[in-house]
Amino acid sequence: MTKYIRRASVFCLVLLVALLLNAARVQVFQAESLDDNAANRRSTIQRYDQPRGDILVQGKPVTGSKDTGESLRYERTYKNGPLYSPVTGYASQTYGTTFVESAEDDILSGTDPMLSPIPFWDEISRTQEPGGNVVTTIDASAQQAAYSGLGGKKGAVAAIDPSSGKILALVSTPSYDPGDIAGTGSSTTNAWSRLNASSDQPMLNRAIRQTYPPGSTFKVVTAAAVLENNVVNGISTPTDTPSPYTLPGTTTQLTNESASAACEDATLEYALQVSCNTVFANLGVQVGLSDMVKMSENFGFNDTGIRVPMTAAKSNFDTDMNKSQLALSSIGQYDTAATPLQMAMVAAAVANGGTLMSPHLVDRTTTNDGTTVSSTGDKTYKQAMSPYTATQLQQMMVNVVEKGTGTNARISGATVGGKTGTAQNGVNNEGIPYAWFISYAQADDASQPQVAVAVVVEDASADRDDISGGGSAAPIARAVMEAVLNSSDS
Amino acid sequence: MTGSTGSTGRTAPSSVPAVRVPKRRGTELALIVLAVLLSVYGYCDVGLAKNGSVPPGAAGYGAGLGVLALLAHLAVRFRAPYADPLLLPIAVLLNGLGLVLIYRLDLETPNDEAAPTQLIWSTLGVGLFIAFVVFLRDHRVLQRYAYLSVVTALILMILPIFFPAVNGARIWIRIGGFSIQPGEFAKILLAIFFASYLAANRNALRYTGKKIWKLQLPTMRVFAPILAIWLISVGVLVLETDLGTSLLFFGLFIVMLYVATGRGSWILIGLVLAAAGAVLVASFEPHVHSRVEDWLHPFASIDAGEGASQLAQSLFAFAAGGMLGAGLGLGHSILIGFAAKSDFILATAGEELGLVGLTAIFLLYALLVERGYRAGLALRDPFGRLLSIGLASIVALQVFVIAGGVMGLIPLTGMAMPFLAQGGSSLVTNWIIVAILIRVSDQARGGLLSAAPMNPAEGAK
Repeated sequence: MTKYIRRASVFCLVLLVALLLNAARVQVFQAESLDDNAANRRSTIQRYDQPRGDILVQGKPVTGSKDTGESLRYERTYKNGPLYSPVTGYASQTYGTTFVESAEDDILSGTDPMLSPIPFWDEISRTQEPGGNVVTTIDASAQQAAYSGLGGKKGAVAAIDPSSGKILALVSTPSYDPGDIAGTGSSTTNAWSRLNASSDQPMLNRAIRQTYPPGSTFKVVTAAAVLENNVVNGISTPTDTPSPYTLPGTTTQLTNESASAACEDATLEYALQVSCNTVFANLGVQVGLSDMVKMSENFGFNDTGIRVPMTAAKSNFDTDMNKSQLALSSIGQYDTAATPLQMAMVAAAVANGGTLMSPHLVDRTTTNDGTTVSSTGDKTYKQAMSPYTATQLQQMMVNVVEKGTGTNARISGATVGGKTGTAQNGVNNEGIPYAWFISYAQADDASQPQVAVAVVVEDASADRDDISGGGSAAPIARAVMEAVLNSSDS
Repeated sequence: MTGSTGSTGRTAPSSVPAVRVPKRRGTELALIVLAVLLSVYGYCDVGLAKNGSVPPGAAGYGAGLGVLALLAHLAVRFRAPYADPLLLPIAVLLNGLGLVLIYRLDLETPNDEAAPTQLIWSTLGVGLFIAFVVFLRDHRVLQRYAYLSVVTALILMILPIFFPAVNGARIWIRIGGFSIQPGEFAKILLAIFFASYLAANRNALRYTGKKIWKLQLPTMRVFAPILAIWLISVGVLVLETDLGTSLLFFGLFIVMLYVATGRGSWILIGLVLAAAGAVLVASFEPHVHSRVEDWLHPFASIDAGEGASQLAQSLFAFAAGGMLGAGLGLGHSILIGFAAKSDFILATAGEELGLVGLTAIFLLYALLVERGYRAGLALRDPFGRLLSIGLASIVALQVFVIAGGVMGLIPLTGMAMPFLAQGGSSLVTNWIIVAILIRVSDQARGGLLSAAPMNPAEGAK
């Protein structure tokens, strides 16, 4: 019998080994796919089991977390939600994440292995680190100035530090409070439907996700192409331009907005000062399609990969056009379209001596206790133009603010360069035009320009004739620039 | 067999020289203290993880478990001094850990607390353990009650048919608010019957009957009664859709038959019968069929948009535990739902203690089984040998069936994880099993070293 008892005990041993192997199979080898199964609520529960890290503006959190005591325990809260929503986006238990909340989700939720001193151990022990923080480049006073400046109007502002690419302000109005959709339940879903049904599109980030015809502000790009390709002999030399200008290959006559402007044969500098359509349409055609495309792409047009870290919509400059279309595109019409961020990049490249820095709004990420996890270094996007061309453009843009259409942007104690734009909108120009203003500013005691800004106002409440970049958009740009100059003083 | 604490072993009354067998009661006491401390530690750990403080009942829980364990130890010390010193500490540790896990799950279901009841059942279990150790002086007494055992077992198993089904299985007797699972007790009685019958008839089973090719068939006169009992048991359980227990009885029967007769062919025949029976039941019985389907496709309900099934939730829990586990109190195995504290208690262990903790638990069971086998090996009387092998195999098979079920190795069958799971009948039964093993091991290691009459067949070997 002994022999058979021993054999039976081996049988029990086999059962045990089968259990152990099976346990290893489930807990080690299949663990990942089981963890990732959509029906497994653990990752969701665990994700909200600790307070989410914060997004900081000048050292102060603009987000928070509240303990709901429910199974999804911590819910996102926002301080000044509508002001910062174009930066933060939302982190919702129901609808997921957007913008910085999405781009830096691993840091904020605490799952990024970089947060751990010993990532490998965390992997084995399934430890979750406390959520890290995201330090933004946003200047609180510039952000507030832009938001207040837009007031109740539809529009957007993007402001950049030209020398580093740091985004100082990113505002879109009308806005919404992301805290309204942070949780679960009916109040969240109601808010979500309300926001999505609204014709104002409050959740649209107009600063980076919406493109507009840039109108006359695009003339800065055309001017850069003209100078880089030596189409004129300097900015003060008269051009050979009729007024009105007949679009090549057509009988359509292009006129100028202002009757008082002496655009016929105007110099480049004067043409920018009073915003002559005829001159820039003519010069754009002379530059030629390929060089116009090249210059626009130097500034970031046609690039689908601009991440700040959320992806900016592609700004468009067509690569296949006839001459009349090129003429219209050269004054920012036809198919030309740009995000406010894109036009801020144009102004920033001019202000920074022709070097365009990659725009970014995350300065660095840190662990919960403030130790830096990673920093976004300043990177050059492209050398958009030569420093000499940039110097000439600066002179021309300053001229616009001193004597031209942009006088509303003047700031005492600072050098300001700018360009207005009034973009036609809609079929047969029936829509209310968009008012644009792009500019940069350098305090008199500063060594280089500190801020470049683009403002677009698409508001319909104004009388059509009153809408112009100089009237509606320039004061907002000035307020933002002043805010930056003041905060860099202190 | 008086309660001597002296170190001299018992000597045979014949001329055989005195044998000194170490009693190892001190080892047992030390291990019991360790088991109680581990359980109290786990209890405190749950409280600290969930509420940031030691639970208010920690002292009471520790004292309760400690007193129970100490009383059991004293019973063993005075009534079974040569008993295997590992059996009792393992039972205490598993029972203590089970209480911790149930208490931990109670925190997720504040309106349905099971730990206090489980503590009462533990007390009853330990009480019966002590009673068995004290009053069952010789396991061979049980041999006399073989037929009473089998009749009682059959009655116990048939009774639930007259009671309403709970969650698809007719295995409970409910009187008032009180419910017991008679199949649990039946398994001990059946083991006693099998051991007794096989011990008495094993030679007839081995050497008589026709031989067909290499299979020596026993005479039906000897084989028929035991086959009938077994068929009735399994048949009744199938009627009650208690698939786990029927699988357990089947495995128990095959193992004991094999050990008694040494015929490998029985295993072969048994496996063929089992496979045929399983396929038959699985295709005709909807409850069983759905379990097999769920085993084969644990995520089918997810794909169908109905959310995770219990088995899928259990697999999620094990996976979430990974290597080292989430830590006591920090898992989410409550997502499994209604059977989280009973059939699926192992998932909580898997999630919160991880593969490492689960391995430790499996090894505790393995040690318990191995000690049962060892006691069987050391005994001389065939009944005792078969009984201890049978009881140890019950533990091994039951652990395999339920653990394999909740981890997707085999189709899920509702059974209780010995000592760990919520459920009074199971807990009490397992304490009795350990009590009998204590008694058997006491006699194996010294109690009846030479007093046992030599079995003629054994002697002739």
